[in-house]
Amino acid sequence: MAKIDLNDDSAIVIIGSGAGGGTLSHELTRRGHKVVLLETGPRLSPQLFSQNPGEAFGQLTWLEPRTTSGTWGVSKDFPTLPVWIAKSVGGTTVHWTAATPRLQRTELKGRTNYGAIPGTSLIDWPIEYDELLKYYQIAEKRLGVTRRNGNPGMPASNNFKVMYAAAKKHGYKRVHTAYMAINTTVRDGRGICIQQGFCAQGCKSGAKWSTLYTEIPGAEATGNLDLRIESRALRIGHGADKRVNAVVYRDSKGQDQRQKAKLVCVACNAIETPRLLLLSESAQFPKGLANTSDQVGRNYVHHITGFIWATYDKPIESWRGATLAGLIEDELPHNAKRGFAGGYHFELIALDLPSLPLAGLPYGWGRDWSSFLDDYRNMTGTFVNGEDMPRADNRITLNSNVKDPFGLPVAHVHVDEHDNDKAMRKHAQTQATAMYEGLGAKRVVIGNTPPATHNMGSARMSKDPRDGVANAWGQTHDIPNLFISDGSAFTSSGSANPTLTIVSLALRQADYIERSLKAGSI
Amino acid sequence: MTRTNGIARRDFLKSTGILTGLLAVGSPLALLAPSRTWAVDLTSLTSDEGATLLSVTRTIAMHDKLDDAAYALVVQSIDADCAKDAATRKLVKDGLAGLGAGFAKAGEARRVAALKEVEPTPFFQTMRIKTISTLYASPLAYAYFGYEGEAFSKGGYLARGFNDLRWLPDPPLADSGPVPGQG
Repeated sequence: MAKIDLNDDSAIVIIGSGAGGGTLSHELTRRGHKVVLLETGPRLSPQLFSQNPGEAFGQLTWLEPRTTSGTWGVSKDFPTLPVWIAKSVGGTTVHWTAATPRLQRTELKGRTNYGAIPGTSLIDWPIEYDELLKYYQIAEKRLGVTRRNGNPGMPASNNFKVMYAAAKKHGYKRVHTAYMAINTTVRDGRGICIQQGFCAQGCKSGAKWSTLYTEIPGAEATGNLDLRIESRALRIGHGADKRVNAVVYRDSKGQDQRQKAKLVCVACNAIETPRLLLLSESAQFPKGLANTSDQVGRNYVHHITGFIWATYDKPIESWRGATLAGLIEDELPHNAKRGFAGGYHFELIALDLPSLPLAGLPYGWGRDWSSFLDDYRNMTGTFVNGEDMPRADNRITLNSNVKDPFGLPVAHVHVDEHDNDKAMRKHAQTQATAMYEGLGAKRVVIGNTPPATHNMGSARMSKDPRDGVANAWGQTHDIPNLFISDGSAFTSSGSANPTLTIVSLALRQADYIERSLKAGSI
Repeated sequence: MTRTNGIARRDFLKSTGILTGLLAVGSPLALLAPSRTWAVDLTSLTSDEGATLLSVTRTIAMHDKLDDAAYALVVQSIDADCAKDAATRKLVKDGLAGLGAGFAKAGEARRVAALKEVEPTPFFQTMRIKTISTLYASPLAYAYFGYEGEAFSKGGYLARGFNDLRWLPDPPLADSGPVPGQG
């Protein structure tokens, strides 16, 4: 591993080591660039992952305070935990469930394809789909995505068998074990999935792709990576020329350090990325870095999500097997006749005990509520994942009334649901209920919207600098050597779980940075 | 996490109260426990408070056939929280006092009505979350609900029934994938 001097101003500083930052680190170091990678979390390993659900949650989750408001259900059900993101080397790729669908072609041009939707700030992506597709194909090879590039699909688990039978009976056609970044063959120095479940607790077998044990060791092997763990970026500094030139961070010993940089890439998840930009306000950038447009933190999207649970009179034992290995794609295409814009996935889901009653079931207690759990062995579930509409006032701001352990204002997450969001959720719940009842379900229970794990859009790419924060490469409109390298840069949410797109955009951004540095144009 | 054999551990010197019980014959918990009798020592709550609290946890998470021993673990955990923190102790003791001495012996309808009245209070909401997060995380509850928990230590469920469901047809291979080790 490289040791890069704090005063070395030829370094590229990447903040965050998840899907975006971890991938970008590997791509830049393998091309010979010196990279300082700042990660606020510890470095764990599959050996260290706890298999006790409560312990694992505490081990991986970024638990520092955040606040929330607005009409979204999370504000009422999870007021102290509006988002569930990881604090660990590897970021959310440690606790993700490895679903890697692509965005649809229509979703990249949502404004054009859906038409004007009052009360939203929806715009088209400044990227053509064929361009993104090129990088999807590279990313899918990299991650070993199942059902792509000849990789075998995941085998059918008990839980999937129920989803498959119910969906087919309901008339759905596109039902399979999903596109998963989980090894079905030995590859990339990692073994196959042993169907242990516990995908959200950190994969102890390493069959699930995570930058923790793929991209980051890859970057270290180049000799160009200086990974600094337990190092929290506090602000990004700039010079009189309005170019960023350093990152101030608190190191693992509690000392503040200032790392000089020729280029800074921010990849802290779409809550913390805009927060860091806002915290980096200065005389020249009084509203925060790269925020001339006042768009930093705005247009936050998080997907329309929610659980639908069903019980049958025979055992399913849904916890056995890869958690999310099942997908129904029939509700994906945009179809205005359904009464809303955009589309959604049905994804297979199971939750352990006690996570199911804590986070998956609606609020409740007493006989009716708890009797549903008596059928835990006979239970199946689906997770809705659909496009939500960006709104200017659905945004991440700084809450000065609450401070983090570093004495800095925490992120406040405000979300008011749009009628389109409500209509989509209602449609999904109705369809799933009919699907399960069609197969003879004893009881169907509509669950919560859980804390957001898919955070996007809060420093979005836009063609017009007035509409967003970054250009088509994630390079900020205001500051040419400052990049957005995570889901914050998404122009809209689409319906796909975001990781594959984050990785693809990071691969593309690395190509752009390499080209631009060679040409001297950054 | 407290284990079943912890239930039998007694410490009369520090004890402020005690909960005791007998596991039902044929209870899956009997297989886990060293004997059918169990006892939980309390270090902040009195025996009466413990009995009321046990009844509160059972009313929140009502599983008729689940032994009191499982609920006693929740009481034990809340009692431990009370020992650690004066504010929690006050919250719990005041909340239990408000329910009255007759709560534990009252019928279900009366207990539910009493809890509905205090539902918006921090006392009830704290008891609710504590009950759910402790009760359903215990090995006793795992045994009762048939949940097998982690399987990495046993090689996963790949060879241990991840696809053993037979009451529905297997999906075609084109929509799933080969089971490793079975061609």
